[in-house]
Amino acid sequence: MKGTTPVDITGNLAVIGYGLAAIGPGIGLGILFGKTIESMARQPEMSGQLRSTMFIGLAFIEVFGLLGLVTPFIFP
Amino acid sequence: METALSSLATILPLAADDSGFHAPSLADFFPPAVLFEGTPFEINRIMIVRFIATAALLIIIVLAAKRAKLVPGRGQVIIEMVMSFARKGIAEEILGERLGKKYAPVITTILFSVFFLNITGVVPFLNIAGTSVIGLPLIFALWVFALYLIDAVRALGVGGFLKGQLFPPGVPKFVYIVLTPVEFLQVFLLRPATLTIRLFANMMAGHLLLALCFSATSFLFFHAAGGLKVAGVVTLAGGFAFYLLEIFVAALQAYVFAILTAVYLQMAIEPEH
Repeated sequence: MKGTTPVDITGNLAVIGYGLAAIGPGIGLGILFGKTIESMARQPEMSGQLRSTMFIGLAFIEVFGLLGLVTPFIFP
Repeated sequence: METALSSLATILPLAADDSGFHAPSLADFFPPAVLFEGTPFEINRIMIVRFIATAALLIIIVLAAKRAKLVPGRGQVIIEMVMSFARKGIAEEILGERLGKKYAPVITTILFSVFFLNITGVVPFLNIAGTSVIGLPLIFALWVFALYLIDAVRALGVGGFLKGQLFPPGVPKFVYIVLTPVEFLQVFLLRPATLTIRLFANMMAGHLLLALCFSATSFLFFHAAGGLKVAGVVTLAGGFAFYLLEIFVAALQAYVFAILTAVYLQMAIEPEH
């Protein structure tokens, strides 16, 4: 380890927490969009309905990521 | 590569002290008061941005309504398109023909005002979304909350409303032990709370992203040493991409808020579907 200077790691653990919290919604959005695209390809005539349902699902999933974003401000 | 990275790591915090790398912070959302300091009617920068957005919305809608012609011009076509989308694509598609007609004005109002208050986040010189502080999204969410509570109680009675919401049919009896508290939380706390948090956290994150990209660009171009200036090109391109993304997010969040209003109204008023 000669020649390297030890690095002081400073910052907030909440950053790592948010990184972890973003995994779930990421997976969720992936499944949501993937399945919607799949369904649209299978039944193009249903795309309008599928799309609006997809946006409702997106709103529900997205809020988990955003809850992670605001949590550090509520519990500092 | 490694030396470049480590020099980046050491230069950035050092530069923060003397040559002005301003990372965006929460202070952006609580600017100093401009008028009426210390009273409940305190006016700060974000309030002024909200006034401007509201005035712009009113002027555009009033002008469009006054100049409405049988053969519409270009501006009228755009506004009519959005309005008919709010009526047909959101209200009537989710609430059905009869309820959709009744709630179309509410949903159109929410769609337009949330969009105008969001888009100020990317308008030059305004630079912050009117909805990026919790107050305004909270008002919108409480409006939706009061609307679905009052109208559902009016349509179904207190007993019918609570029965439809807390004891959804088609479930074995013992499941209610778990389901009823969850549904209670959903109806009375989580729906308005998540509406609020979704909107304001999106706008806050968008502002922080844009401010970080552009302040990093300015720092890298004007204060960074030699080769690091090149990195400014990357942050500038990133900032531009996020700018476009934020325009999309402003529209998307207005759409999501409007569609969730319709969904919550539908869930409260016609729970058996």
